[in-house]
Amino acid sequence: MHFTINGRLYDVGVDVRTSILDLCREHLGLTGAKKGCDHGQCGACTVLINGRRVNSCLTLAVMHQDDQITTIEGLGQVGNLHALQAAFVRHDSYQCGYCTPGQVCSAVGMLDEVEKGWPSHVSKDLAAPRFDDSEISERMSGNLCRCGAYPNIVDAIREVAGIESKARTADEKDAAMASEVVA
Amino acid sequence: MKSFIYEKAATPEAAVRAGAAARFIAGGTNLLDLMKLQVETPAKLVDISRLDLAGIDDGDDGGLTIGALVPNSDLAADPRVIGRYEVLSRALLAGASGQLRNMASTGGNLLQRTRCYYFYDTAARCNKREPGSGCDAIGGENRILAVLGTSEHCIATHPSDMAVAMRALNAVILTLKPDGDSRRISIHDLYCLPGHTPHIETVLEPGELITHIALPKPQLGKQAYRKVRDRASYAFALVSVAAIVHVADGKIASASLAFGGLGPMPWKDAAVEAALMGREPTDAAFAAAADALVAQAKGHGANDFKIPLARRTLIATLRDLTGA
Repeated sequence: MHFTINGRLYDVGVDVRTSILDLCREHLGLTGAKKGCDHGQCGACTVLINGRRVNSCLTLAVMHQDDQITTIEGLGQVGNLHALQAAFVRHDSYQCGYCTPGQVCSAVGMLDEVEKGWPSHVSKDLAAPRFDDSEISERMSGNLCRCGAYPNIVDAIREVAGIESKARTADEKDAAMASEVVA
Repeated sequence: MKSFIYEKAATPEAAVRAGAAARFIAGGTNLLDLMKLQVETPAKLVDISRLDLAGIDDGDDGGLTIGALVPNSDLAADPRVIGRYEVLSRALLAGASGQLRNMASTGGNLLQRTRCYYFYDTAARCNKREPGSGCDAIGGENRILAVLGTSEHCIATHPSDMAVAMRALNAVILTLKPDGDSRRISIHDLYCLPGHTPHIETVLEPGELITHIALPKPQLGKQAYRKVRDRASYAFALVSVAAIVHVADGKIASASLAFGGLGPMPWKDAAVEAALMGREPTDAAFAAAADALVAQAKGHGANDFKIPLARRTLIATLRDLTGA
C-alpha cells in the first residue's frame, strides 16, 4: 500500500485491519498521534486528512491511499513550530502532554472550519456564527485532557484565532449550564 | 478485530453486487468501533467512501436530495439546510464531536447501532448482538435505555440525533437493492420495533445500499432541536425533541415532533401532534401532548426519570417555539 503523510510518500505492506493511527505509530515511526481510547472518544489520535480533522483510530489506512495525511510531525518541527504549537508552549496548555498532539491537530482543523463559516451547537445564528470562548470549548469537545489544562488550551487557541480575550464571567457559565437543564 | 476481505466499490451497482454477507463502510466511525470489540465481525467490507454520492442537490419539489456519503459536518453547514431545515443542522451539531462529524456519513448515521452497554459487552447477554441469548439490560444498568417501544427482549435506544430531525422532516430514504432495483422508503417505515427480533433494526434487505436521503419541501413553522444530556457537549441524548410548529391566527396549525433517547427508533407518535392541532399554544395543550407522548411509557428502574424528563423537555420546547 502507498500513503502520503506529511508530504512524504510511503510504500508499506500492512494488514487491511490497520488504522491510520497504528500505521503511523507502529509501522512508520510517527508516534506523535497518541492512542488514548482507540474508540473515538478521547481525540488524542486526531490527525488531518485532506485538511479535515478526524480520529485516526477509527479509520482504516487502506481506505486512505490517495489522501493527504498530516500528523503533528508535519505541522511543525523543533525550531520551526506551527503557530498553535508555539501558543500552546507560551500558554502552558498541557501538563503531561499526552493529549497535546491531538489537541493541536484538532485546533488546526477547527480553525479552518471556523474560517469556512461552519456553525456549532452553541452558535445562536447558524448562518453567521460569532467566534468566542464558548465556541472554542464546544468545538474542541472531542479532545479530552485528563490533566484539565482546558483554560490554557482555550487561551492558546484564542490567541492564534486573533479574537479578543474575553474571560467568561461566572454568570455566563451558570447560564450556559442552565440552558442544558430543563426546569 | 476479525480478519475480513476488503473491496473498494467503483459504483453503487458494483457495491450491491458484493453479496449479502458484505458490510458497506463509509465513515466507519461506528462500524470499526464495533469490529474492534468483535461485536461486528463482517467477512467482507465494501468500501463505498469514494462513490459519487457526496452531493447535496435541490429537488424538483422544493426539497433537497442529500447523498448518503455527505459527511455530517458538511450537511450541518450547508446554507440550504441552515436556511430551510434548521432542525437538521441543530440536531447534527448536537451530536458527536467535530472529528466524528467530519467522518460520519448521512447514510451511516441513520444505521448506527445502539450504545447499550450490554450490546457492546460481549460477555453479557444481548438479544440484539446474539439473538436468543437474553437481555442483561433489563434489570441491569439501564439508565440510558428506552422507555417507549421496548419489548421483553430488548430495551435499547437508537442513538442518533440526526435521524430524529429526519423524522420530524418526513425524510425519504432512497436505496439500491442487490437485484438492481431502487426504492423509496419513508423514514417512518425504515425502522423496526424490537419485538421478538431486536437484531432486525430496519426494513433494509441484506446488501441494500442507501444512496440518498430526500427531504420534502420545508414545512411551515419554526424549528428547534432540544437535547438533554449528562454533559453539555459530546454525549448521547437522554431525551431530545425535534420540533416544527406553525402557529396561525393564535392556533397551532401544524406540528411535527420527533424524539430521541426514548425508544428503539427515533420516535414519532401522531397522537402527540393530534393533541396540539387546532389548539391555542397554551400550557394546557402542551401538557396534553406530553401526556400523549408518555401514555405508553414504561420505565425499567434506573431510567424511570426519562418519563417526566420527556414531558418537561417537550413542554419547554413547545413554549420556546410558540412564545407561550
